[in-house]
Amino acid sequence: MTTETLTPTAREAVASACADVRDGSETDAVDGVTPGLVARPADTAQVAEVMKATAAHGLSVVPRGRGTKLSWGTPPSSADVLLDLSGLDEVLDHAAGDLITVARTGTLVADLQQTVAEGGQRLALDETVPGSSIGGTLAADTSGPRRVAVGTARDLLIGLTIVRADGVVAKSGGRVVKNVAGYDLGKLLIGSFGTLGVMTEAVFRLHPLPETRRWVTARVADATGVHDAVQAVVHSQAVPAAVEVEWPTFGEGLVHVLLEGREDGVAGRSTTIEAVLARGALDVSSREEPPAGGATYPWDTDARGDERATAFKLTFALSGLGDVLTAARESGLHVRGSGGVGVAYAALPAGAGVEAAQAALTRVRETCGRHGGAAVVVDAPAEVKAGLDAWGPIPALDLMRRVKDQFDPDHRLAPGRFVGGI
Amino acid sequence: MTTTQEPTGVEVSPEIAAVTDAVRGVIPAAGIITDRTRLRTYECDGLAHYRVTPALVVIPEDAAQLATVIRACAAHGVPYVARGSGTGLSGGALPHAEGVLVVTSRMRAITEIRRADQRAVVEPGVINLDVTKAATPEGYYYAPDPSSQQICSIGGNVAENSGGAHCLKYGFTTNHVLGADFVTAEGDTVPLGGLAPDSPGYDLLGAVVGSEGTLGIVTSTTVRLVRLPEEVRTILVGFETTDQAGAATSAIIAAGIVPAAIEMMDALAIEAAEAAVQCNYPDGAGAVLVIELDGASVEVEQEYVEVERLCRENGSFEQRLAVDPAERALIWRGRKSAFAAVGRISPDYIVQDGVIPRTALPEVLHRIAELSEESGVRVANVFHAGDGNLHPLVLFDDAKEGAAEAAEKVSGAILDLCIEHRGSITGEHGVGMDKSKYMPRMYNDEDLDTMQLVRCAFDPQSISNPGKVFPTPRLCGEVPGKRKEAHPLVQAGLADAF
Repeated sequence: MTTETLTPTAREAVASACADVRDGSETDAVDGVTPGLVARPADTAQVAEVMKATAAHGLSVVPRGRGTKLSWGTPPSSADVLLDLSGLDEVLDHAAGDLITVARTGTLVADLQQTVAEGGQRLALDETVPGSSIGGTLAADTSGPRRVAVGTARDLLIGLTIVRADGVVAKSGGRVVKNVAGYDLGKLLIGSFGTLGVMTEAVFRLHPLPETRRWVTARVADATGVHDAVQAVVHSQAVPAAVEVEWPTFGEGLVHVLLEGREDGVAGRSTTIEAVLARGALDVSSREEPPAGGATYPWDTDARGDERATAFKLTFALSGLGDVLTAARESGLHVRGSGGVGVAYAALPAGAGVEAAQAALTRVRETCGRHGGAAVVVDAPAEVKAGLDAWGPIPALDLMRRVKDQFDPDHRLAPGRFVGGI
Repeated sequence: MTTTQEPTGVEVSPEIAAVTDAVRGVIPAAGIITDRTRLRTYECDGLAHYRVTPALVVIPEDAAQLATVIRACAAHGVPYVARGSGTGLSGGALPHAEGVLVVTSRMRAITEIRRADQRAVVEPGVINLDVTKAATPEGYYYAPDPSSQQICSIGGNVAENSGGAHCLKYGFTTNHVLGADFVTAEGDTVPLGGLAPDSPGYDLLGAVVGSEGTLGIVTSTTVRLVRLPEEVRTILVGFETTDQAGAATSAIIAAGIVPAAIEMMDALAIEAAEAAVQCNYPDGAGAVLVIELDGASVEVEQEYVEVERLCRENGSFEQRLAVDPAERALIWRGRKSAFAAVGRISPDYIVQDGVIPRTALPEVLHRIAELSEESGVRVANVFHAGDGNLHPLVLFDDAKEGAAEAAEKVSGAILDLCIEHRGSITGEHGVGMDKSKYMPRMYNDEDLDTMQLVRCAFDPQSISNPGKVFPTPRLCGEVPGKRKEAHPLVQAGLADAF
C-alpha cells in the first residue's frame, strides 16, 4: 500500500537517513498491508535518523524484527515505512560473571542462546516461534514452558534502548539486576507491538544452564484430571521448571512437567512428581527429550494467508484451568500451554469460519474472564480476524491511550496494531 | 498561595481548606488531621534529615475513601503524597508543604489468600511479613523481603519496588505483583493486571511498580505467593577480609549455584550488629557471608557441600550451619538489624543504597575503604553480595562541625563509584527526594524526558508526589527535547536544577 503521504520528497528523506532502503513488496506485507518502503538500518543511530525523517514527513512506520509474527495483533491502518531491524543483529556483550548479556534487538533468539551457552548460561526465554528475533519476542511478549520457574521477558529484561517516534534515543534500566532508578520503560514496551517506540538494544539477566533435565508426562482422561494433576504439581515442593498441558480437541490430555537442575536432584524430584501424578493419571512416563511440540504453539506458525489457524491466547487464575479446558474443547479448540501459571494457547484449525471463531472466542473469553483472565486473538486469516473483537475488553484503556499519545502523539508507530485501535 | 485563618488558628490555603471540606463526612474525623502539632508527627519518613510538615493528613480506611481524597486534590490542584509505614529511606514519602499526606496505614486487610491460585490480595497498609505469616499455614510465603519487613508496608514496597535478600533467586517486588486497584491522579479507580498473568494492553502495572508514588496510588495489590521450599539451610561464614568473601561469592555464582540469598557484612557492620543484638558472629571476622540455600533436599545438600568447599578454598576460617529455626533467626537478626544497629557505634549515619555489577565488588570495596581513609569518615558495609546491591553506612557525628557535610560527600562519591561501574544509584530504597539530583548522572536528558512522558500520561497536573525522582520535572504541555533556557519551574523559583 503506497499512500499519499509517501511523496518523492518523503522517499528521499528516508533514503538519505538510511543506506538500505527499497520499495515494499507483497512479501513485506504486515497482516495484509504492503508497506511503501522498507528501510533496513544498521544501528540505533540509523534507526533514529529514519524516525526523524519519517516524523518530518508524517509517515507511518511499522517495526519488524525477523517477520515471524507480522500477522499477529490487528492489521496496521497504514504502513508507509517498514522498519526492518534484521540488520541490528549483534550480541554486544556477555558478562558471564555478572550473569547478563546485551544484544541488538534484530539478533535471533537462537543466536543469542548459542553465544551465552558457550559460557554455560542461558536466557530463560523459549523460542516459541522458530526464527524469532529478540525484538519481536519482546514486542509480542511471547513466552513458553519455562515461564513457570523464572517468568517471561518481563522478568528477564533489565535494560532497554529505544528510539522514540520523534527520533530521540532513550534508555532505561541498565546492566544490573537490582535497579529501581527511574521508570521501568522496558515493562511498557514489552508486548506493545511496536506502538510506543522502536526497541534497539536490550540487556537481559541470565541463568546458569542446568546440569540435566527430565520431562515427566502424565496421560489424563479428562479436564478435571488435567486440572487436578496441575494443582498437585504446583503445590508440591518439587520446583518444576515447566508445567505444560496438551489438550487436543478430543481424547485424553497430557500434563508434562519439566525438572531441571543437578543429576541427583532431578532424579529425586522426577520420582516425586511421578508419584504425585500417578494418583489420577492413566499412566506416567519420563524421559530427557521435550514432548512433541516442544516450546511451540498449537498451530502452524509458518502458515500464511487463509492457511493460518485462528489462534488465541488464554489467561486465567490457576483455579480456572479445568473450566477453561472444558470451554475450549466444547469450542473445538486445541490447547497447549503453561497450565502451571495460567497461560495457554488455543487454535481452531485453518478453514474454520468466522461464526465458529466468534462462538469459540465468546465462550473462552467469558470463561477466562470469570477466572480473572482474558482471551485475545493472536492470529487468524484476514476474513476471520475482521469478524472478531481481537483484544476484548481492556481495563484502563484510557490510561493506555494517554501513554500512546505521549510517546507517539501523531500515532505514526504501528497504527492500529494494538488494543483499542492504538 | 494566599492563606486563610482556620478556627483552630492554623493557617491553610483555600485549596487545602476546600479539600478538607470535601473529605469531611466521608473520612471519619479521626482520620483527618489539621492540628499543627499532630501534623508534625508526619513530617518525615525513614530519612529524617528531610522534614516538611504537610498541610493536611488524611488517613482513609478503604479504597473508596482514598479515591475521594484524590478526587478532591485533583479538583483543587492540590499535591498529594502517599505514605505507608513511613519506613522509606530516600524521602519518597516526604510530605509536600502545601499538600495532603495520604496515609494508608489503616488499610491493612489481607483480603484473600487464594492457595489454589498461588495469590494473595492485600491492602496497601498490610505489613510485608504479615503476608508471609498468613500464607505459611497454606504452605506458601511472599518472597520479597526488605530488611524492614516487620514494619514496612506492601504499598510502600510496591511504590519503591523494594526487594531484600531473597531477590537474588526469587526476583523483585515487580516480579511478584500481578495486579492492583489503582487510583489515578484524577481519583479514578482502575484495575491493572489481575489474578492471571499477561493482561492484554500496555503493562501499566509494570510502570507503576517502583514509580515512587509519582503516577498514582495502589489501593489493593494481588501478589504472587511462592511455595515454601522443602529445605532451607542458612550458613554463616567468617572471612578475614572482604576480598575473600567477595571471591567466595563469585565462585559460588560461577559454579552455577543461585542461593536464595548471599549477604555480606564487613568488620564495622559486624561490630554494630553485635553491639545491638548479640548475634554471635565469628570473632575477629573482617567479613561474614550469610548464605541461604533452599529448594529440594537433595539439591540443597549438594549445593551446601559445594558452597562449604568454595568458601573454604577462598579463605573462610569459620562456617556455621544453623541447626534449627532459632539459630537461623539469630543469623538473620544480625544482618537485618544492621542499619539500626549502627546507631550503637555512631550518633548519626547515612544509609547509602547503590548497585554495582557483582564482579566489580572487590575494586569498589577497596575504593570505598580509600575514600573512608582519605576523608576520615567511617563506612560500614552491609550488602546483598549476590546481586551487587551495596548498603554502605556512612557514619558521622552531627554535633561535630563539618562532619555531616563530609559524610554527605563520601556518600555521594560512593554513588559516583556505582555509576562509574555502570551500576545504579538505587537498588531498593528508591530515588525519592534524596537522590533526584543524581538521576542526571545515570541518565541523560533524553532518557529523563522519555520517563517524564509516562508521568505526563498518568498525572498531567503533576500533583502525585511531585518533586520526587526527577530533578527538574518537565511541564506536561512542553515539547520534549533540549531546553534552551532555564526551566519555567526553576525561573519561577518552584524547583531547583541540578
